[in-house]
Amino acid sequence: MVRQMVGDSVNLAYTGGDPGGGLGTGVASIRDAIDRAWSEAGVAILVDLGGAETNSEMAVEMLEAERRGRVVVCNAPIVEGAVMAATEASGGSTLEAVRRTAEELSPQ
Amino acid sequence: MTPALLHRLIIAVSDDVIAHADELTALDQAVGDGDHGVNMKRGFEAVRVDAQATAEKPLPEALKAIGTQLVMKVGGASGPLYGTLFLALSKEIALDASNLPTAFGKAVEAVKARGKSQPGQKTMLDVLTPVQAALAEGGAGLPARLPIVAANAAEATISMLATRGRASFLGERSIGHMDPGARSSALMVASVCRVLED
Repeated sequence: MVRQMVGDSVNLAYTGGDPGGGLGTGVASIRDAIDRAWSEAGVAILVDLGGAETNSEMAVEMLEAERRGRVVVCNAPIVEGAVMAATEASGGSTLEAVRRTAEELSPQ
Repeated sequence: MTPALLHRLIIAVSDDVIAHADELTALDQAVGDGDHGVNMKRGFEAVRVDAQATAEKPLPEALKAIGTQLVMKVGGASGPLYGTLFLALSKEIALDASNLPTAFGKAVEAVKARGKSQPGQKTMLDVLTPVQAALAEGGAGLPARLPIVAANAAEATISMLATRGRASFLGERSIGHMDPGARSSALMVASVCRVLED
């Protein structure tokens, strides 16, 4: 759905599965996904339940200092948030604007 | 801490977690997504494989190695939470572990921050916090007393209402089950103390 909206104008990566291949997430695979989605503008991460958020925050903290400040975990629903964030990002917006747009969907 | 003692500690904690994987999974099936035992087993199998090399490192480095393995291998929410406990401990602990109560206190604070949680929410913190308090209080016979403190604290999560983690989705239905993270924390405290008592 993100590709339908923005084509290839925005880097996009997704990941899922715990380190044993089961349901869940893992820090290592999230780091890989951040690398794949990386651009100088940074990366906005959308997550679903619990561990995905905790693992993402851990993955961000483990990045090198100069990249750490340019990756945010958005408090937004994963599908709607990803579409909104990518659409905002495709217009060349800052990471903060992308995050704000994604989070407009969340109850405050 | 000698490499031999550190090695025994790593093996004891790993073996106990691995041996109780089915029990942890059963607890997690009652209130969560049922992966706690499997996830912890995978993490501690990796820790166990490296036990010899890890035990030869200075204590802070050894704790860092264990924390990193848990972060990378466990997954779920418990990977980053237990990983944070060990990584924060590795940053604070003195080479001779003489500041353990303070260092452990800071590590527990780091787990609170990672999980955005406080004691009383039916989590591992409900075991780690009273253990830390007993550790800070000190006194004779700590290795004998701490496992009891931990076991009682884990028992006390049975009547708690979960307000963090997957169990919080169950609301009132989370009451009546022991929190799996509280149980795994109590297990690890007991393993460490058993080795230290020998």
